[in-house]
Amino acid sequence: MSFKKPIPYRHSSSDSSEKKDLKGRRQFLKAGFGLAGLAAAGTISQPLLAAGNPSNLPKWSQYLGNSVDKFPYGMPSPHESEVVRRSVEWLTATRESSINFTPIYALDGIITPNGLCFERHHSGAPEIPAEEHQLMINGLVDQPLMFSMEDIVRFPPETRTYFLECAANGGMEWRGAQLNGCQYTHGMIHCVQYTGVRLKTLLDECGIKTNGKWLLAEGADSAGMTRSIPIDKALDDCFVAYSMNGERLRTEQGYPLRLVVPGWEGNMWVKWLRRIEVGDKPWYHREETSKYTDLLANGKAREFTWVMDTKSVITSPSPENPLRRGGRQLIKGIAWSGRGAIKRVDVSVDGGMNWVTARLDTPVLSKALTRFYLEWNWDGEEVLLQSRAMDEFGYVQPQPKELHKERGVNSVYHNNGIQTWLVNKNGEVENVRLG
Amino acid sequence: MYVLDNSKLNNRPRVSTMKNALLLALCLISSYTFAAEKLGLGVPATKQQISAWDIDIRPDGKGLPEGSGNAIDGEAAYVQKCAACHGEFAEGAGRYPALAGGMDTLKTQHPVKTVGSYWPYATTAFDYIRRAMPYGHAQSLTNDEVYGITAYILYSSYIIEDDFVLDKNTLPKVEMPNKDGFISDTRPDAPPKTVCMSDCLAKAPKVIGKARNIDVTPEDEAQAAEETVVAAASTQKGESVFAGQCMACHAVAKGENKFGPSLYNIVGQKAASVSGFSNYSAAIKSSGASWTEENLRKFLSGPQQFMPGTTMPYGGLQDANELDSLIAYLIENTEKK
Repeated sequence: MSFKKPIPYRHSSSDSSEKKDLKGRRQFLKAGFGLAGLAAAGTISQPLLAAGNPSNLPKWSQYLGNSVDKFPYGMPSPHESEVVRRSVEWLTATRESSINFTPIYALDGIITPNGLCFERHHSGAPEIPAEEHQLMINGLVDQPLMFSMEDIVRFPPETRTYFLECAANGGMEWRGAQLNGCQYTHGMIHCVQYTGVRLKTLLDECGIKTNGKWLLAEGADSAGMTRSIPIDKALDDCFVAYSMNGERLRTEQGYPLRLVVPGWEGNMWVKWLRRIEVGDKPWYHREETSKYTDLLANGKAREFTWVMDTKSVITSPSPENPLRRGGRQLIKGIAWSGRGAIKRVDVSVDGGMNWVTARLDTPVLSKALTRFYLEWNWDGEEVLLQSRAMDEFGYVQPQPKELHKERGVNSVYHNNGIQTWLVNKNGEVENVRLG
Repeated sequence: MYVLDNSKLNNRPRVSTMKNALLLALCLISSYTFAAEKLGLGVPATKQQISAWDIDIRPDGKGLPEGSGNAIDGEAAYVQKCAACHGEFAEGAGRYPALAGGMDTLKTQHPVKTVGSYWPYATTAFDYIRRAMPYGHAQSLTNDEVYGITAYILYSSYIIEDDFVLDKNTLPKVEMPNKDGFISDTRPDAPPKTVCMSDCLAKAPKVIGKARNIDVTPEDEAQAAEETVVAAASTQKGESVFAGQCMACHAVAKGENKFGPSLYNIVGQKAASVSGFSNYSAAIKSSGASWTEENLRKFLSGPQQFMPGTTMPYGGLQDANELDSLIAYLIENTEKK
């Protein structure tokens, strides 16, 4: 179903809306001078407002706000309470082995706030005391080592911004338009500035033997999450992160330590990282055989499909962000590529017949979200919105039917097809598939 | 917190400082053999630590422990610890995955990917069961049980006979039906041939499907959540919590025992006393507890924490309102005394 009410951008909330304030004022004028009215009218001289103008003396301009002690850890404005992670209950059997979605429809820039980063865990998110956490590196190394978190934070740190996308982002949309909201169609993604230590630095501390070609990363949760990672990637740009967006990792993002595997599928970014083993062959564990392999139409499945392809989506307008009036509009969205930097994003308002190149906001970082904008005039007619991203190597995001031709519809993972939003004459937006 | 605490650092025993100095010295000596500069952080992992932590298994059998089991041995453990979610014949239950069946479905419109139909290596099942199952009580099975349960699952897909004994030598030799079903990644695979900017389509595009018509998008949960905060716990909500979290294994009807006992009349009842139910864990039987509201609350919010050794494969209900509602629902299904 569609959202019962389109999620409003704060023009109808209960206690802050100007309309309500005006209504209150009108009632006050009608009723004569009440007590509260006397206080206001008696102490402050103000001209009567023309109908439709905002109050020049709302309650927040007159009375005290919150104290500095009210929120030792600050919270979003109560008027943004709709901006939360959401889940789709029918997707999974239990709530601990499940996933939720980032509200990308409501975000700006390229950084995802920590409390809104989507979560995926397989046996719940454990709350591990940092002082009890250790990272073991063993296997084909000269000296297996155990690191405490105190050890880890003494290594030279680095800070980098990367997107993390679940390989199943858009997985429900392979056969056709299914979920009516960009939070659900594209929300298994976040983009965070991580601080941590290069994996190479830790591996060098142990000394990798020459036959060490693969790593096994293992989590400390009760799923004991494991993934095999080729050594070249590990030495290239992987790191272990203890902070996100300037503060320690959130519980659900792997506190106190997670692996960062830039540009590659989120499942490999093992959270609650407790062990790295160096070996000469991959392990073919459950998460790289039973799951995260891409079944093709001919019954064969691709294995080790690590990199996240170039992709984009328009986050406004979207089912959550309908158009409220005709005329000038701002189309905005995000684009990303696991192979490198975004070079260009094109936007179509006629279902892919004609395209206009959008404006990329800075910064444009490799393997991070890139923000794009396009100013546009809506004439009130029905339109079909699409965005198409291109990476620095010239790869262009495909239409769904091009993906179907190559892979069929049973892949589950790595759906980077172009999204279509239908805007109807009322300004409502819905997820549709074109033929 | 692992924030560097200077006062702690100053109080540190001298031995540790000396150890660091020694490590640093060792590193300086060994710097001839290693190109990268070492910082002397971390401590050597002992053989005992490694053998306790390193439980991973590879397709060639590396890592497989001692022990053995066949499907006949494994059946009892499977039925007690796995069947609630995966079905008595590994056919799956509710939204929990099937472990057997689905043969010859991979090319169809509705592929069923099970251990039998899809997994390329039998060792993967052993590794996963040992590290992550039963769900909510990981690493609680003995090696013999893991061999036996793995055998039972393979037997359910007709891959081995019921008396075929799995151990560290035989398991890697089991050939899985889909062992040749995997190919390497050939992406990028579907780039448009040209990057067209105008008049790109032969005819105007047509909408052929709408998410709205499929009607599976959740309602705005944020609004629902707000309502929940003010709403008191309700038996009606409890019923829906029960349906989502408990109903796979429990019923509230009198005398209806499923994989778990009937929860009719449960509030105030002595633990492990539902007549006709024989699958109780030793932990529950010997607990002497009774299901007061308080005990139910503790148990349901963390079964393993409250009753270590219970076979209920459930992680626990964290949401206080859901918990209240569920208990209200259980009270409603208890006869007033």
